Amino acid sequence: MPYGPHTASDRVRMLAALGIDSVDALFADIPENLRAGRLDLPGPEPELELAARLQGLAARNRTDLASFLGAGVYRHWTPPNVDQLLLRGEWYTAYTPYQPEISQGTLQSIYEYESLLAELVDLDVVSASHYDGAAATAEAGLMTCRATRRGRVLVSKAVHPHYRQTLTAYFGAGLELDDIPLVADGDGAGTTDLAALERLLSEPERPVAGVIAGQPNFFGLLEPMAEIARLAHAAGALFVSVIEPVSLAVLAPPGAYGADIAAGEGQPLGIAPQYGGPYLGILASTDALVRQIPGRLVGMTTDVKGRRAYVMTLRAREQDIRRDKAASNICTNQALLALAASIYLATIGPHGLRDVAAQGAARAARLEAALAAVGAARVHPGPYLNEFAVRVPDARAVHRRLIDRGVLAGLVLGDLVPDEPSLADALLVCATEVTTDAEIELCAGSLAAELASHDVATPSPVEAAR
Amino acid sequence: MTVVGEQLQPTLFERGRPGRGGDKIPHPPKNALDRIPAAARRVKPPALPELNEPEVVRHYVNLSQLNYAIDTGFYPLGSCTMKFNPKLNEWAARLPGFATLHPLAPDSIAQGTLQLLWELEGILCEISGMTAVTLQPAAGAQGELTGILMIRAYHRSRGDTERDEVLVPDSSHGTNPATASMAGFRTITIPSAADGGVDLDKFRAALGPRTAAVMITNPSTLGLFEQRIGDLLDEVHAAGALAYMDGANLNAILGRFKPGEAGFDVMHFNVHKTFSTPHGGGGPGAGPVGVAPVLLPYLPSPRVLRADDGSFRLEGPDERSTSIGRLRSFVGNTGVLVRAYAYLRAHGGTGLRQVSDDAVLAANYLRKRVGGAYDIPFDRACKHEFVASAAGIKRRTGVRTLDIAKRLIDYGYHPPTIYFPLTVEEGMLIEPTETESVETLDAFADALIAIAAECETDPELVRSAPHDAPVGRLDEATAARQPNLRWRPMAGAEMPCPD
Repeated sequence: MPYGPHTASDRVRMLAALGIDSVDALFADIPENLRAGRLDLPGPEPELELAARLQGLAARNRTDLASFLGAGVYRHWTPPNVDQLLLRGEWYTAYTPYQPEISQGTLQSIYEYESLLAELVDLDVVSASHYDGAAATAEAGLMTCRATRRGRVLVSKAVHPHYRQTLTAYFGAGLELDDIPLVADGDGAGTTDLAALERLLSEPERPVAGVIAGQPNFFGLLEPMAEIARLAHAAGALFVSVIEPVSLAVLAPPGAYGADIAAGEGQPLGIAPQYGGPYLGILASTDALVRQIPGRLVGMTTDVKGRRAYVMTLRAREQDIRRDKAASNICTNQALLALAASIYLATIGPHGLRDVAAQGAARAARLEAALAAVGAARVHPGPYLNEFAVRVPDARAVHRRLIDRGVLAGLVLGDLVPDEPSLADALLVCATEVTTDAEIELCAGSLAAELASHDVATPSPVEAAR
Repeated sequence: MTVVGEQLQPTLFERGRPGRGGDKIPHPPKNALDRIPAAARRVKPPALPELNEPEVVRHYVNLSQLNYAIDTGFYPLGSCTMKFNPKLNEWAARLPGFATLHPLAPDSIAQGTLQLLWELEGILCEISGMTAVTLQPAAGAQGELTGILMIRAYHRSRGDTERDEVLVPDSSHGTNPATASMAGFRTITIPSAADGGVDLDKFRAALGPRTAAVMITNPSTLGLFEQRIGDLLDEVHAAGALAYMDGANLNAILGRFKPGEAGFDVMHFNVHKTFSTPHGGGGPGAGPVGVAPVLLPYLPSPRVLRADDGSFRLEGPDERSTSIGRLRSFVGNTGVLVRAYAYLRAHGGTGLRQVSDDAVLAANYLRKRVGGAYDIPFDRACKHEFVASAAGIKRRTGVRTLDIAKRLIDYGYHPPTIYFPLTVEEGMLIEPTETESVETLDAFADALIAIAAECETDPELVRSAPHDAPVGRLDEATAARQPNLRWRPMAGAEMPCPD
């Protein structure tokens, strides 16, 4: 037993107190025909050997590449104090603060998280917290249905494909989900089609509860959020903005363009990529929706002596109180990641966060120029912040070969958006403050070399057509 | 005994001063944002606090000391399995090869993590007796939703669309009925029998052609093994319904009972309970789901697959059209799963069985120790936790379970789970786990017994507890009536600053 305290004599003593001579007696209530034989697993592994095994597995991953991969998860500089503070056992080995008298640390940190994020999104109520951006977006969609007592939600096709798939799974229970198509060409190509949205909103027998769009959208493009909000509200629907939190240092926040709900992925706020999580689902709303928002809320109050203190509140929304009438089934959340985000924001500060966002934009502009110079032009003409799609012939094969040259050239868009022929030969690339000139040069140079060999290796479209 | 820090802290916002902090990131060129249209730009910057790093560190270190945690003391919170969180696991999850890997990294550069996930699925299959496992769900409740959505897909695939009810015992976790509602089902609550188990007659009466699923926690939330489980599962299947097992209490039965072999069709694991991943002040967790062959086609996508050449890959988006899709982005809470894998490997098959043996032994020992001072509503062998009740004390003295819980804080302990399950009057659900020494168990029992005596001799002392915590009992009514959910200089100024 690697972590157990009991000596043989401890066990004998406890058994004796119970008047039994074997622990088997305590399992006698399992019907005999249902008792398990044994666990067919390897034996215990000493810590030294286990550590070597884990190091070996970690070393089989390649994390040394110059990476331009974003698509919802971004590399950033995280000040080391964030993780060092998270490693205090008082934070990570505590549970949900059900006993507020001995949980004021967690409770105040959650209140501060709510306050910091409220500033960032410019909305008053921040739930602390949800599993990830996708689950938060799905909860936002369900929230619009509860609040409006309508059963149909419209989601832009430029919202992250995983988020849309998650919405589909969450909406299977009798609620409707319709895609809003994208503008096909011209200046707005790749953004939400406002004319189509207006049509979808004007079906009188199918009233819309909520409209969901992302800023920046999945392709990195900036959406006309104020216009989308106006159209949604004119039809009596709520507007859900899917946000990326770092961008809110420089982009208009959801509260400024009339969003009722903001949802998004908090990973960029000091959280490592970790091959998928744990991340931080951000969910925020206007005051008007406070009793519809799912997840934990902490409020400031006083104790019996009138001292300032914090407590979980509005608990009647939660599953352990309301059971089948609860706003959601969420119980375990991502509190430690909310803490990471708070420490990150406190450390980096408002000017630092603006620098992170603006530096990403500057690095991305340099990346755009370098890629354009070797023939990989942008797919969409509209403005972007720090992520954009480029056209690359035979994108999947080129992407694979670039790995051998030490470059992770973003995302093969066809992998996540297989139903969009115009994106079959496109890569989605991003830059952040950690992207270096050397990485950009390596990427552009390697791509140029691949494209040159590609021209030789495969027939040009003209030849192929003959 | 004082177990936590004394000093309340001003908020980050009160600590901040314009001009403090900075120099973490190089300044961008002045024209960096010129290409962003004005309409999309932020006009008023967010009013975030400005602090220097030493102040941030002191703020969070001081705040942390206001918390009670497993690393500071005994945390017998029933149903939550607050066992020791091994430090090796924290180290492992932070290895750069694991921590910095992007979730959309091509399979060819993610072989180490994919192998770990694949092996973990296999270990969970062996423990549960299930055929396959998905690691995608982010928490137990999301695992429940995954399971119920698969059950719905199963019935639909058979054209069996009339089944709109889910049966849950009255002692179940709140997540069970909340999940059923989210998935569009009606919850039918089944009362418990006198022995704490499901009332089989009432269960039979509720079961029928409209039953889609039954959700059962085994051992139950009373810490009791569901002895009629064999009959119960037979009846469920005879009625054409499927059986879901809430695996929250798996810590009691490792190597002793395999839900898949017993006939459950689907279950979730709470790796943050059974497999020691940290609770993090409320999360993160992970809620893998195991299925019997009948639900295999509906597992969420993507699954982790092994090719004939021994390499690993993620299933493609359109590879399995029967899948219920995805419940979240990417593969799952991989960082949590790395920790669970380390825990499982450290114990191995024999060690896991010892975990349950010791957890059950500790719970029974503690039950025996406190039995004289408190009512034990179901006084027979329990599994990893047991319910004590202060109903008798309340009748005699007016002191409630809540008061006793608060008084435990003065004695240096985190209180047990109280008033859950809802079926026990003045209940306390006590779960010691296998990582607490017999000395700790004895000291905790002594404290509970001493408090029971205080209830008789000095009830006011108990009713006004805690006396030694950083704050006293809180005004929860005002917190709910006039919610103050974010810092505003005005709102904050109404409360005395603890500076």
